[in-house]
Amino acid sequence: MAVERLLRLDPVVCDAFGHCAELVPELIGIDEWGYPVVDPSPIPPHLMDHVEAAVRACPRNALSVQRVAASNPRRPIASSRVVVRRSSQAR
Amino acid sequence: MTTLEAGPATARLLAGLGPAAARLDLGSHLAVHGPLALPGRRDRHWADSFVGATAESGLTGRGGAGFPTARKLQTLRSERRRPVVVVNAMEGEPASRKDQFLATRVPHLVLDGATLMAACLNAPGISVCVARGSTAAARSFAAAVAERERAGVGGVPITVVQPPDRYVAGEESALSNWLDGGNSRPQFRPDRPAIPRVKGRPALVDNAETLAHVALVARYGPAWFRQLGTPGSPGTTLVTVSGSVDDPGILEVPIGTPVSSVLATAGAGSTGGVLLGGYGGTWLAPTDVGTPYDPVSLRDVGCTTGVGVMIALPAGGCGLAETARIAHWMASESAGQCGPCVFGLPAVAQDLTVIARGRAGHRDADRLWARLGTIDGRGACRHPDGVVRLIRSAVTAFAGDVNRHLSHGPCPGAAWPSVIPLPRGAEVVEWR
Repeated sequence: MAVERLLRLDPVVCDAFGHCAELVPELIGIDEWGYPVVDPSPIPPHLMDHVEAAVRACPRNALSVQRVAASNPRRPIASSRVVVRRSSQAR
Repeated sequence: MTTLEAGPATARLLAGLGPAAARLDLGSHLAVHGPLALPGRRDRHWADSFVGATAESGLTGRGGAGFPTARKLQTLRSERRRPVVVVNAMEGEPASRKDQFLATRVPHLVLDGATLMAACLNAPGISVCVARGSTAAARSFAAAVAERERAGVGGVPITVVQPPDRYVAGEESALSNWLDGGNSRPQFRPDRPAIPRVKGRPALVDNAETLAHVALVARYGPAWFRQLGTPGSPGTTLVTVSGSVDDPGILEVPIGTPVSSVLATAGAGSTGGVLLGGYGGTWLAPTDVGTPYDPVSLRDVGCTTGVGVMIALPAGGCGLAETARIAHWMASESAGQCGPCVFGLPAVAQDLTVIARGRAGHRDADRLWARLGTIDGRGACRHPDGVVRLIRSAVTAFAGDVNRHLSHGPCPGAAWPSVIPLPRGAEVVEWR
């Protein structure tokens, strides 16, 4: 089964900090009121690192990545919030 | 608002109501429709045939979305926990009166439908949701519940509850969130199908009119149901007709009846356009009023049925000024959660007002168009999308008027009094 990754924005918790659009301008624009406009198409693999950075950077935790079946993008495959990995070595 | 007597052939939901349209108590309800056949406990065979009959009838939801009723029921049936049944009689659309009409005249038909759904799903209870301001509807339902208890009609316990009186409070996720002890604001639900949950249980949320039809299908069968309406959209539907008509009120019409015939029954003369489907609905251009009132025919002229509402604009009236007023009111009814709705709706309402007043240029019109594209689909619920749809359809249906307003200033109709009812904003914003 082909799997795609989509950016999901929770518009209720989003407070227009705008960090996400700074980090992935390729996929996230900003409207005239400062709120993110998210590209609904699948995330290109080469942008995944930037997307994960944006997910981590959101102060409201409004952004997530969802894995979906390519055949049915509305049905998530599993709980798919990007796991924030912290370095195990304390610096 | 007066009530029209529907023709005998089309009186199904409204059967047994005389010209005075007095409430049918349990006795008269049973005299008109006969007793309700309920199964014994956990009768799979009965449940299967009930689902089958509902599917065969082709009944679709009458709350605005038009989703197939049987398919929603099937989804809930495959849930592990026993679902609860929620009757949605919130009727947030200010121009719609049909659910309140059903509640105050034929409450037992609605409760029969809910009772059947509950029996099919083995639900532990039914919640009937009536908006806080609709006192008469809530009283009638409560009285009906008491009548049923006294008569021992059977079925699971029914509770009448009154969520806040807000436009969006009847939205499925808002309603279930309120029933769950939260506020009545729509919730962000990215996954489909999104099944609302109440206290951990899945909830079947159906519009009051839909459930009244379910009660009739269970009694008279799917073939009878299909005798009226179109093959794709069978049955009758309730339409609240208002605006520039002599006899505003609620009509029961076969789906597929031309919009002009429905309006003629309500005593309309020539119209300047018809608002269909409520405040998140679409405008039917005056040249298209002969279109059959069914989803497929309406889609061909760029319209949606939405909830059963028709508002006739008088000939010479200004559809742009009317739409701008609605858009401002809809902006004020935002739940205030999502940026594109909070900031976008007042902005597009203002843009349209400037056009309606004849103070805008082509650049303003372009900005409005761009903003509509920006807002569409970006809220947690469909409230902003409804406003976008309304304004887009106004700009399409009244395209000639837009150009005249842009180049020659406002039309005389822009200064006429509105034919569209707008409730005053709540002084205290209540969400619980």
